[in-house]
Amino acid sequence: MEFFQSIDWMQMLRCFIVGGIICIIGQILIDKTKLTPARILVIFVTTGAILGGLGIYQYLVDFAGCGATVPLTGFGNALAKGAIEEVTKSGLIGAFIGGTKAAAGGISAAIFFGYIASLISKPKMKKQ
Amino acid sequence: MDNIETKKQYQDYVDKKSPNSPIIKNCFNAFWVGGLICSVGQLIFDFCRFRGLELQISNTIVSVILIGISAFLTGLNIFNKIGKFAGAGSLVPITGFANSIVSPAMEYKSEGYVMGVGGKMFTVAGPVLVFGISASIIVGIVYLIFNTQSITLV
Repeated sequence: MEFFQSIDWMQMLRCFIVGGIICIIGQILIDKTKLTPARILVIFVTTGAILGGLGIYQYLVDFAGCGATVPLTGFGNALAKGAIEEVTKSGLIGAFIGGTKAAAGGISAAIFFGYIASLISKPKMKKQ
Repeated sequence: MDNIETKKQYQDYVDKKSPNSPIIKNCFNAFWVGGLICSVGQLIFDFCRFRGLELQISNTIVSVILIGISAFLTGLNIFNKIGKFAGAGSLVPITGFANSIVSPAMEYKSEGYVMGVGGKMFTVAGPVLVFGISASIIVGIVYLIFNTQSITLV
């Protein structure tokens, strides 16, 4: 109960709106261009990494919290930010360590849960 | 098959005739579903912070939980229904990344557990990781070059 009293509802609203707007951008890309979903995911991650590298994305994270980190742009941002952090710590080799290190949890979870979920699933062969 | 083709043609015809109304509806659905997923993430994040966990760890926990949920929802064929309704709303958040791993893996299950499931998992997620990680390496190197001259970007 204490937890629910501690929730910042304005933060939640900003998160909802910013997250929603990022999804709208994706929806416009789907509807207005002939890009496949795979390309859109790539565009989002790369854009996030570039904006993260320039330090611009951090402003959005500060403003919207998970509204900025949960979309795939946030994944790209985490990669770029991790690379920069590691570079300042251990130099050039950090560029190769930092990105994956920062996103390791997400990537590993996606691989592990993805594999398990695929194993337990029963593919529905709908005749389309 | 013939029936599907006419359906598709009809859909194309509808899209051509009324380009405005579906995109607004799609955007609205994408907005609230995407926003809702992010809010669930924020709720998990707030809970982690409330329990006194670090920022970095909290962010990772959010990703892991959302990825786990969406992977299993995809396996149960529920996520695809949400995806059909919400479009980018469920694709753009990290849930879409998990979905993009599970759905091709399910499709190629008949080709075996190693090359079928294990290999085809990365048909969509592979490019995402290739471009994401490559971009992060480039960002790291660029940062290093600029930083040695003590010029920081932004």
